[in-house]
Amino acid sequence: MATHESHKKRSGLMDWLTTVDHKKIGILYLLAGGFFFLIGGLEAVLMRIQLMEPDSKIFTGELYNQLLTMHGTTMIFLAAMPIIFGFMNAIVPLQLGARDVAFPYVNAVGFWLFFFGGVLLNLSWFLGGAPEAGWTAYAPLSTVAEDTGVDFYVLGLQIAGAGTLAGGINFLVTIINMRAPGMTFMRMPLFTWASFVTSGLILFAFPALTVGFFLLMFERVFDANFFNPDMGGNILIWEHIFWIFGHPEVYILILPAFGIISEVISTFSNKRLFGYSAMVFATVLIGFLGFMVWVHHMFTVGLGPVANSIFAVATMAIAIPTGVKIFNWIFTMWGGQIRFSTAMLFAVGFVPTFVMGGVTGVMLSVPAADYQYHDSYFVVAHFHYVIVGGLILGLFSGLYYWYPRMFNRVLNETLGKWNFWLFFIGFHLTFFPQHWLGLMGMPRRVYTYMSGQELDGANFVSTIGAILMGAGTVVLLINIIISASSKYATTKDPWDGRTLEWSMPVPTPEYNFAQTPLVRGLDALYVEKTAGNGAMTPAEPVGEIHMPNGSILPFILSLGMFISGFGFIYSNWYVAGAGLGLVLITMFLRSIIDDHGYHIHKEEVEADIKGGRA
Amino acid sequence: MNAGERLTDANFPAHPEKATLEGKNKFLGFWLFLGGETVLFATLFGTYLGLRNMHLDGPSGAELFSLPLVFLATMLLLTSSLTSVYAVLSLKQNKVRSLQGWFLVTLLLGLGFLGLEIYEFIHYVHEGHTFTSSAFGSAFYTLVGFHGAHVLFGILWITTLLARNWNRGITLSNAPKYYLFALYWHFVDVVWVFIFTVVYLMGKVG
Repeated sequence: MATHESHKKRSGLMDWLTTVDHKKIGILYLLAGGFFFLIGGLEAVLMRIQLMEPDSKIFTGELYNQLLTMHGTTMIFLAAMPIIFGFMNAIVPLQLGARDVAFPYVNAVGFWLFFFGGVLLNLSWFLGGAPEAGWTAYAPLSTVAEDTGVDFYVLGLQIAGAGTLAGGINFLVTIINMRAPGMTFMRMPLFTWASFVTSGLILFAFPALTVGFFLLMFERVFDANFFNPDMGGNILIWEHIFWIFGHPEVYILILPAFGIISEVISTFSNKRLFGYSAMVFATVLIGFLGFMVWVHHMFTVGLGPVANSIFAVATMAIAIPTGVKIFNWIFTMWGGQIRFSTAMLFAVGFVPTFVMGGVTGVMLSVPAADYQYHDSYFVVAHFHYVIVGGLILGLFSGLYYWYPRMFNRVLNETLGKWNFWLFFIGFHLTFFPQHWLGLMGMPRRVYTYMSGQELDGANFVSTIGAILMGAGTVVLLINIIISASSKYATTKDPWDGRTLEWSMPVPTPEYNFAQTPLVRGLDALYVEKTAGNGAMTPAEPVGEIHMPNGSILPFILSLGMFISGFGFIYSNWYVAGAGLGLVLITMFLRSIIDDHGYHIHKEEVEADIKGGRA
Repeated sequence: MNAGERLTDANFPAHPEKATLEGKNKFLGFWLFLGGETVLFATLFGTYLGLRNMHLDGPSGAELFSLPLVFLATMLLLTSSLTSVYAVLSLKQNKVRSLQGWFLVTLLLGLGFLGLEIYEFIHYVHEGHTFTSSAFGSAFYTLVGFHGAHVLFGILWITTLLARNWNRGITLSNAPKYYLFALYWHFVDVVWVFIFTVVYLMGKVG
């Protein structure tokens, strides 16, 4: 039998640097992602201030290009994805009835890689200027740029992307291998299903981006010629690789939001999700079709009518499973006892907003029409409707919904409603007029426009809207700060929840479930509530629980990558070698030091159960 | 049972690499990782196919490639895959010395392959086919070099694994590690089969 090892507890900063607990890593992801969200939002507001008036000269030329590039890059890679990973970490193992993720150590590696990659990219602001080739970094813009901005982009995102890939594999294995007894695939909550499909998309989309970044890095650092037509290269290779990754990325972002919305609408309508199996099927189908549509970003490149038509039809087909979802959400609310909490408001606001983004998406999928819309503000309006109106509203909804589970506090509902209405009205005010700006011919990515072209009014309104969105976000920050007060302490199940994460005490024990629960149907907790049990039936007797040890190695490994990133950016091979050496040494240490974790004794678990802590 | 405890013939499970949850997770996670690696190499192959005729004034693939040399390298790598199969068979029979022997042969064959590849690259550079000479050069060295780097990583991996576990027998903790290395090695081998076909054979005749 296993020896009883003593459990050394770390505290304070060292605890957070060494943690392999998925609940803490979830909080780290949320905090870091939230921080980058504020930076990306600030960049957006600065751009809107420049565009508020015609012929404005506040942030022009290169600086505007930097803001534009960093806004897109930060929001996608450093804000949206980490916040999604934050919820996945905090919630998926609990919804599955698992004690941990499959690879706790790799989970920590994933977080620190993302964190150091994001820091590296943002340091470019202070070290010679941020990248200015757009978040898509099209060649030759990105290959001929002479300052180091694009180098920071390539190295920073390469490091962050490796972390994302590790996270994706981790969640796939967790969901396949670590479900509680009775938790069949078709009993998994929709958020877990969405996380599963998203992780699959990450697995098959991110390696393409990895290669794209290697090619771009080789081009810039080692003078390769992939994208240099003078030496036989082809700039379209970058576009293809980028969008083979980039389109699945769109679904990587939106599917978890679909999952959150499904949970929230079902909970606050006091109804089982309408058409659960159709929802699962639609999620998988969207994930599958997401790989077949990348050329719709490249309709105007000139691949010919056959290629354009095939990709147009595939793109239009995605509207079908998405429509299935929209109807299912509406039918879930139909006849339900709806409670309009803040989380529910965001979810309900999401549905029509996302439909509007979807409709413009179908418009853009028609190649002949796309020649008209391409590179105009119409496209900007479209993708902000799906990403902000879809994903970000979903994330806000998830934040208000799961905040009690993650932080043991509820957020103030009155402030929450201010948050929602400011953000929601601000959002539509910002992006709705941009449809017309685009149709009237205003191009994207341009730092100014002339007066007398009837573009002034809509641009002014758009900027006012952006400021309202900023105000909504400030209300959220205030809400988070005051929630620290003990007045906001919560019970374990504040929303009358239906899924497993609401069956555990507050705060969630470090081992999650003292006894693995037995799942007896979809909406596992709700099944027990209606059966009159009120709590989950355990599937095993109380026993000792195996836990992984914390480790500082993930932090050091990522630090090594960070250092080598600087080496490659400044072509200093000693620094690059030292950084990679540190990575290899960390991997070596990890493999030669035996770390079998520790055990929480049966007596401790029993004491926790008695004291109401488990 | 402690995962670090040496297994005996009496308590040896049918699948030691999947006998623990940790082992099962590693087994599945590594298969998925190889799925991602497949996309990685597919992207590199795609890039290479798009640029393979862009050799400008430099020598073309047909002029450069010497099939006898590449054939020898291929044979070394294919044989090393076979010897790693023997090592896994020994793993399943709890024959640790035989496992170590077969993995050492695998390691030596891998080193031989890597030596030939380095020789080949040096030869090409002397012929004027370099990383920066043309798009063909960049694509060739990136694709074949990524594969070579995978071989190198595999060599470091198996060396560490053998050295660390030399006197520990087969345990529930190290059985998945040996098994995963073998999976990785087969994957690297399969990628090479594609490189041999797409780069060398098609370069000669297509």
